[in-house]
Amino acid sequence: MTAPAGPRAHEHPVRVLDGRVDDERRDGTDVLRLERASLGFGERTLWSGLDLAVKPGEFVAVLGPNGSGKTSLLKTVLGQQPLDSGRVLLEGAPVRRGDRRSGYIPQQKLVPPGTPLRARDLVALGVNGHRFGLPLPRRGERERVDELLASVGATSYADRPVGSLSGGEQQRLRVGQALADDPVLLLCDEPLLSLDLAHQRGVSELIDRRRREHDTAVLFVTHDINPILDKVDRILYLAGGRFREGTPDEVLHGDVLSGLYGSPVDVFRSHGRVVVVGVPEAETHAHDHHHPDEHPGIHA
Amino acid sequence: MIDLDTYVQLLGLVQNSIIAGAVLGLVGGLVGVFVMQRDMAFAVHGISELSFAGAAAALLLGVNVVAGSLVGSLIAAVLIGLLGARARDRNSIIGVLMPAGLGLGILFLALYPGRSANKFSLLTGQIIAVDSPQLAWLVGISVVVLVALLLLWRPLTFDSLDPDVAAARGVPSRFVALAFMVLLGLIVAVSVQIIGALLVMALLVTPAAAALRVSASPVLVPVLASVFGLFSAVAGILLAIAGSLPISPYITTISFAIYVACRLIGRASRRGVRVAI
Repeated sequence: MTAPAGPRAHEHPVRVLDGRVDDERRDGTDVLRLERASLGFGERTLWSGLDLAVKPGEFVAVLGPNGSGKTSLLKTVLGQQPLDSGRVLLEGAPVRRGDRRSGYIPQQKLVPPGTPLRARDLVALGVNGHRFGLPLPRRGERERVDELLASVGATSYADRPVGSLSGGEQQRLRVGQALADDPVLLLCDEPLLSLDLAHQRGVSELIDRRRREHDTAVLFVTHDINPILDKVDRILYLAGGRFREGTPDEVLHGDVLSGLYGSPVDVFRSHGRVVVVGVPEAETHAHDHHHPDEHPGIHA
Repeated sequence: MIDLDTYVQLLGLVQNSIIAGAVLGLVGGLVGVFVMQRDMAFAVHGISELSFAGAAAALLLGVNVVAGSLVGSLIAAVLIGLLGARARDRNSIIGVLMPAGLGLGILFLALYPGRSANKFSLLTGQIIAVDSPQLAWLVGISVVVLVALLLLWRPLTFDSLDPDVAAARGVPSRFVALAFMVLLGLIVAVSVQIIGALLVMALLVTPAAAALRVSASPVLVPVLASVFGLFSAVAGILLAIAGSLPISPYITTISFAIYVACRLIGRASRRGVRVAI
């Protein structure tokens, strides 16, 4: 469908799958599809004509300056933000609010000390937090929570109050919480923000391992590609009402980004890190002087 | 002081008040746990002032004071819930509603020709002034709040902690938030009758704040908060009938003393070994 024809067509990378992945997820149908999706607020177009297909186990990073609509894209996929036009499909059907097939990992927001929840309670909310009725534990829930805690390496602090844990530890718990229902898609909104390097690596490895072992698709919004550069399959770069999609090598190019921003931008690589220089200051607010109907960057 | 016989006689007279106080203390403590987590102490105060206005209007019109109090409470709670989804909007809305409510209440009281004791009790509380059928109402409303709160417990916990994630996981956030505001409105209306509009927080905020000082357990905190609330209310009433002072200062003082004690205990335990309770 949306993948551009020619040499840039994206092959779904071959992965080592464990026995737990069912056939439905393996047969190559897209987990997430955006078709000619457009969204804007008032006069301002965030993106329009956006096509994106994410296959099981694919790790797609969404990059772009502040205000380019990265978070709005996630809200759209979460069914919380209707599109102006186009469609968003989760496993072939339009997305709906509160769909438990997608797991959501938010920005790290410290839980205040004194919150009456232990680490395991935070994870348990992913399992039963949506359920009305007397808050009595059901059979099997404790085991499930223990399993999730173990899968994110949080067993050692399972019974500590959440508010006493570090940002990185809390973020691991949020990953565990998001995995509660074995999601087919993980939506991550800057999950590494304000974590130190060691925890950035730890949390991004958890997410990477999850998609490798369970073929979960990942849509990862970030302003800094470096912590996940060696993990991503593709990048969707949003800027100035336009976008560009491709492998990191294709997108993180001076020419490509200059085209997106409409002004000269340089991309440097050093020691496996990428540095983008020259992003216009005005990019964070004014987009009106761009031409929102044009997409010079797409499929070029 | 009074002798024991007289005290026992009095006890029989205020038996219903004690029951109402106990139920309110218990439910108020539980509601308080969420008031703290949702950062809504100021909202409690705002709702209570409108509840006071409603009660004063009822007094003036000669209709049921509890009903008037409920109407005022619910209007305030729903307005705050609808207009103040974000904390900042919420505080400004409460700041606007509160003096308006208090002012209206004072106006109605000034126009009210009846006994002045009734007037004063709405602001600073006097459970003895409430008659039996009304007490039944207060207990009934508290029980409704208790049951509804237990049914909402998990989604409300999730929404209080992280509304975005809760919504993404299928919690109907708007419904949950509004439902909590209605429950808060109901329990505030009950509290206004018992300890007065100005002192509502002693039963809806202080017990939970105290419990949170000594525990982070999702089970122990609500249990302690209700025990603290219940103890403050009942002990306050029992002490008050022995003397000639009103009930409210006893309740607020006991509730405050528990808070201070919990702070000290919390500090001591943080310095020593962290107890994972």
